[in-house]
Amino acid sequence: MGMTITEKILARAAGKTSCTPGEIVEAGIDVAMLHDIGTTGIQGPLKELGITALPPSVEVVIIPDHFVPAPTAKAADNLKLTREFAKKHHVGSYYEIGRGGICHQVMAEKGHVRPGEVIIGPDSHTTTYGAFGAFAVGLGVTDMAIGLGLGKLWFKVPPTVKVVLQGKLRPATAAKDISLMLLKELGTEELSYKAVEMTGRVIDELSIDGRMCICDIAAEMGAKNCIIPPDKTTLDYLRARTAKPLSSLASDPGAAYEEIKEFDVSTLEPLIACPHVPTNVRPVREAAGAKIDQAFLGSCTNGRMEDLRIAAGIIKGKKIHPEVRLIITPASQEIYRDALKEGLWEIFIDAGALITNPSCGACFGGHLGLLGEGETCISTANRNFIGRMGSPKASVYLASPATVAASALAGQIADPTEYLK
Amino acid sequence: MRIKGKAWKYGDDIDTDVIYPGKYLVSFDPAEAGKHALEGLEADFYKKIAPGDILVVGKNFGSGSAREQAAMALRAAGIGAVVAESFARSFYRNALNLCLPVVELPGIQSATEERDELEVDLDEGLVRNLTKQKDYHFPPLPAFIMEILKVGGAAYYKAKARREAARSAP
Repeated sequence: MGMTITEKILARAAGKTSCTPGEIVEAGIDVAMLHDIGTTGIQGPLKELGITALPPSVEVVIIPDHFVPAPTAKAADNLKLTREFAKKHHVGSYYEIGRGGICHQVMAEKGHVRPGEVIIGPDSHTTTYGAFGAFAVGLGVTDMAIGLGLGKLWFKVPPTVKVVLQGKLRPATAAKDISLMLLKELGTEELSYKAVEMTGRVIDELSIDGRMCICDIAAEMGAKNCIIPPDKTTLDYLRARTAKPLSSLASDPGAAYEEIKEFDVSTLEPLIACPHVPTNVRPVREAAGAKIDQAFLGSCTNGRMEDLRIAAGIIKGKKIHPEVRLIITPASQEIYRDALKEGLWEIFIDAGALITNPSCGACFGGHLGLLGEGETCISTANRNFIGRMGSPKASVYLASPATVAASALAGQIADPTEYLK
Repeated sequence: MRIKGKAWKYGDDIDTDVIYPGKYLVSFDPAEAGKHALEGLEADFYKKIAPGDILVVGKNFGSGSAREQAAMALRAAGIGAVVAESFARSFYRNALNLCLPVVELPGIQSATEERDELEVDLDEGLVRNLTKQKDYHFPPLPAFIMEILKVGGAAYYKAKARREAARSAP
């Protein structure tokens, strides 16, 4: 019997020839990502572990992103701690404010994610790196301290559910709509604790930006990890960003999947997650007309060039609705600069939008655009739980960049189809 | 390991944003964290519970962010154990690492009323509803997980690393 790609990675990392779902293995950690919150949080556990030096076997990458630049003195203290930790441990891959961005985007841009590797991060959306064929899982700070301090950590091998996406996306729909469709169809229980392997013609044809969006949102479905076997798209992207050798591993033809789920995206229409859970998904046309106060374009889910271009295409030459503020938070400094070069910022500024620095920002209720009582926001982020973006009496809808752009112009939730025929 | 306390009931899909709101992520101070436990659902939750009280909740408890402070806050607030229909994976691991007993027991939420006196016996794999005189069994946890629950994730791995070093010493 063959193994799935997830099983292969865990077996190799655990020094075994094979492993099976349900088995507990101790896997060597290849890459440990830390952000400002994670670096702050691991200090206690590292001390308890008695760790004074980090093992050379783990590639450590530190990217402050949540409270960046510091909105409070406490946040500044955490950033200082983060900076000093990076310096003390000679962490070469430390991305200072102004040189990085949202952790998950920077990890990919700078080539710290590679097929076949075990990558851990103190953030649920670490699942994003599965888009590059890595086993990538989000953990709390104690597990992070163990993983990066001792170079290994226990995992229960997850069973794999294979998702096959067939058909062809319509012009008005994108990766985010696929993610929302999966949230609707699979909810939060079917994929709980499982590995999700994304395959099919639609995935083959999807850009890196789109693949990252899907693997990012897998976290909301309770999956342990989400993985896309590497192909030419993966390798082309990474070869430009890392000199390290890249594996082309794949699931064996005889691999055992717990389930195989097929979806055809040809009839997919723009979707939206309504308050107050990501799985409360409906067609945009059903939610259309609901008044909004804020539109947010950004986050590790949809703060990339592809997302900004789609939004700019819809907004160009028009004005944001007078009663709406559109806040744009690009996912990295690199994207910020590329958007500038492509003239996207001019389009957004002329329309009346606010562009912030790269940061997790408003998505998690940190800073850079929170909501007040009774306010409604349509957002390209990944969570809309009560209180997520500020007031517990605010409402958040989740949608694609196209839908967010169309809604920002209309002053209410609007279907972007008319703009993208 | 036995925990005894009153049951406090909540529903399904309680996410880590309500268990420990994002604006508090800057802090890893347990004493502070306890004051914000479940703040998204109920202000001053920590004031109403007695140490050792037990949360009885529905499915997918702790969904969303992997923030360890969610488990830290509940424990610091005095919660002795969380018994749920099901847990989100990241919260489950974080609870183990911080010695917050977590028990998955389908059917427990509908079978329990708020303020029922419960006793959770992790070694036996048993939740006793002392008020209703009913027992509920669950499969005991693997030995190494019980050990992590007893001493915490960091202490477990520290001891493990010491044992391994002693074994491979010349």
